[in-house]
Amino acid sequence: MLSRRNPQLNANGELIHLLSIEGLPRAVITQILDTAGTFLSVSERDVKKVPLLRGKSVFNLFFENSTRTRTTFEIAAKRLSADVINLDIARSSTAKGESLLDTIANLSAMHADMFVVRHAESGAPYLIAQHVAPHVHVINAGDGRHAHPTQGLLDMYTIRHFKGDFTQLSVAIVGDIVHSRVARSDIHALTTLGVPDIRAVGPKTLVPGDLAGMGVRVCHDMAEGIRDADVIIMLRLQNERMSGAMLPSAGEYFKRFGLTADKLALAKPDAIVMHPGPINRGVEIDSSVADGRASVILPQVTFGIAVRMAVMSTIAGNEA
Amino acid sequence: MTQTLNLDAEALYAALRDGVRRLLAERPDAALVGIWSGGAWLAGRLQADLGLPGEAGTITSALHRDDFGERGMATGAGATKLPFAIEGRHIVLVDDVLFTGRTIRAVVNELYDFGRPASVALAVLVDRGGRQLPIEPAFAAARVALAPGQRLRLVQTEGGRLTFDVKERT
Amino acid sequence: MKLLIKNGRLIDPARGLDRIGDLATAGDRIVALGEVPRDFSPARTIDATGLVVAPGLVDLAARLREPGHEHEGMLESELAAAAAGGVTSLVCPPDTDPPLDEPGLVEMLKFRARKLSRCRVFPLGALTRGLAGEALTEMAELTESGCVGFSQADAPVLNTLTLQRALQYASTFGYTVWLRPQDPWLGKGVAASGAVATRLGLAGVPAAAETVALFTLFELMRTTGARVHLERLSSAAGVELLRRAKAEGLPVTADVSINSLHLTDVDIGFFDPALRLSPPVRQQRDRDALRAALADGTIDVLVSDHTPVDSDEKTLPFAEATPGASGLELLLGLALHWGEQAGLPLTTTLSRITCDPVRVLGPAIGTLAASAGRLVEGGVADVCMFDPAARWRVGDATLVSQGKHTPFAFASSGFELPGRVRATLVAGTVAYEATA
Repeated sequence: MLSRRNPQLNANGELIHLLSIEGLPRAVITQILDTAGTFLSVSERDVKKVPLLRGKSVFNLFFENSTRTRTTFEIAAKRLSADVINLDIARSSTAKGESLLDTIANLSAMHADMFVVRHAESGAPYLIAQHVAPHVHVINAGDGRHAHPTQGLLDMYTIRHFKGDFTQLSVAIVGDIVHSRVARSDIHALTTLGVPDIRAVGPKTLVPGDLAGMGVRVCHDMAEGIRDADVIIMLRLQNERMSGAMLPSAGEYFKRFGLTADKLALAKPDAIVMHPGPINRGVEIDSSVADGRASVILPQVTFGIAVRMAVMSTIAGNEA
Repeated sequence: MTQTLNLDAEALYAALRDGVRRLLAERPDAALVGIWSGGAWLAGRLQADLGLPGEAGTITSALHRDDFGERGMATGAGATKLPFAIEGRHIVLVDDVLFTGRTIRAVVNELYDFGRPASVALAVLVDRGGRQLPIEPAFAAARVALAPGQRLRLVQTEGGRLTFDVKERT
Repeated sequence: MKLLIKNGRLIDPARGLDRIGDLATAGDRIVALGEVPRDFSPARTIDATGLVVAPGLVDLAARLREPGHEHEGMLESELAAAAAGGVTSLVCPPDTDPPLDEPGLVEMLKFRARKLSRCRVFPLGALTRGLAGEALTEMAELTESGCVGFSQADAPVLNTLTLQRALQYASTFGYTVWLRPQDPWLGKGVAASGAVATRLGLAGVPAAAETVALFTLFELMRTTGARVHLERLSSAAGVELLRRAKAEGLPVTADVSINSLHLTDVDIGFFDPALRLSPPVRQQRDRDALRAALADGTIDVLVSDHTPVDSDEKTLPFAEATPGASGLELLLGLALHWGEQAGLPLTTTLSRITCDPVRVLGPAIGTLAASAGRLVEGGVADVCMFDPAARWRVGDATLVSQGKHTPFAFASSGFELPGRVRATLVAGTVAYEATA
């Protein structure tokens, strides 16, 4: 069937929306990472602002709550001198039955230049991107299980910062991968950047065999999954999964798939431990590891602001 | 179309060096900051030739340009490196070609993100006129007139020699 | 009224008739086929040169949305769509609002449809009251009001004991039960399980949702002796089970929708809600198996599964969009497209949408069964005339149905449908005629 042009790129192959890492050329990803490096140094100045998005309005549209992610986007937008408006959708017109597209149309009439959208359903940002005016840009802050591209990018920035060359690495992603948009974005980014060995680790209910189709090696044994890994990305186990049909209990999960110091010892000695946050201490990761020498969880947060500044400034500079 | 203008870049450099020496003499403990990329080469050479301690600073206009909306992010966005404090310091900016003045405006804004200088003076190799903002150099080694459609650039050849390059803007 | 259709390519799939000739009607009957007596003086002559003159199409699955869902379709618009698509008889599922579980509702529907004289409507009655899957409906009464079978539409019967009893009761009278083979829990997802659903982060429906349900149904058929028509087969594994059931001699028939026949999960693209369908479209090998089964008759008929959906309920994130697509007007073109690709003779292709559906309906449609879906002298004058060489683009302007959402819209698919209906006769009356 027709027209499957990637809606994220304009006719010149430049990024106009960030909806998913899938389908982004390696050059686009690398350019964002390079730009993020510049903005990291801006964050170390006395004056942490640059005027690149001055006069632009960035609307945070979070249909799914997340104060952390919303705050980092807000900080990033303000450091670019944009005006930021946070929309509390739960209490707004959508709760009164206004359709998603009507909400977008109304906000566009208020001269929004950029929407940062988080939604519980996979694909929602694509629907929005299809229906906004040409000069309006959409950034996906997480849609259902599908994608969380800014998290994927900041994870890549973190790996590049600490490990350098992607093409020599073994990366293990551990946890509820089947329900994780972070995992999907990480996997797409890692494969695009040429990481040769990506392991998806977890029990069969959370890491089904057909994930191999995305270019990963499925491991149902934690030891095998993180042996000699350079990078370990731990995913948060959501409450809904912990008791019931997918997993019997948090305790059993932690015994088999939680990252403790002795499991970490199976990885390379200079392995780094990452986590998109917020962490569940004692469920997917032991406190000693989360706070330990190998953990780069806090730098991830710092990098996250610079990466989001890079994404916003890159997109804002390109026309549809 | 490329033509070499009748400008001897190396000869002009000699004049610039003398002019900058005078500017530095008038400003106690002044620091050199070269504007990326042509000005940065010049500042590097000047720092050595004038026997100044430490390194010259490098500064880019990329993050404060006024044409971001039309042209997107400029190259060299990460180039600003200022290995000294700006607060209270006399700064001498160095650039290869001065034209509309917009780059200088953006550079001064970038400079202010790091602190409040005691003063800012500008020394350029070539002033080609065509100002669109109220900005003047304290020293220019040459003044030339070019058609608005022409673009003048400083080029560093192998071995570090400097020459000028004129192109028609496409 | 007497009509003469001249010089068309007469095709009666039931007996393999395929010749150039004339067709004459008087009142609601065909009075001459092939050669027409010279003294026949028609009130009107239609020149069918270059056109195929076939029996009116019979669509075993088309939702008319009335009563209850009038914002999505009305009898007027949907029966007009049927006529524009060359469909002269259709079966509609009982999931109206209220559902067709009372004789009065069925009679009203049939009455309204008859007055419009566009297309014959054969409703399926609800198998259980309110489609709730608990209490049986008065199947004999409903049959008397005109129901041709009993169905749960897409509502599952959760209780196997109830399902068994419903099948047992229906088989007492020889009624056919029409069922969607889909396990209610395994079938909760929104896209077919597989690489695409995994990549897109959409909850998957495994093929096991269909096969588990089929195993259960076949087992219950063996113990009750009920006759079952399987609705909307979607998987290669399902086809395999159907083959074995037929080989065993179970009284089962099956249909496949135009969507499952032509589309795969890759067509979801960037979350196109037009591909939000139930059952979800599966992978290439499933499509190939469905095509082969329709060609060799293991799957008996092709249906449109016409389900008009309002724009407000379609332009939503994929999982929230209401499943369904319009298809009445696409049945002919998509049948022809499949036939061409499969290299089948036109008579076979058209069988699947004319005489084979009538065979599935059997005695439920009474005396009509003798000639509906066929061209026979003395038989009912339900005729579809179409231009096999024409191609057309599906879009808002060309669709008559109130529901404009279909994965085959030219704007998104770039695909032109073969075959354009030029005229449709129902009971000897011109129900539709193309103007352009």
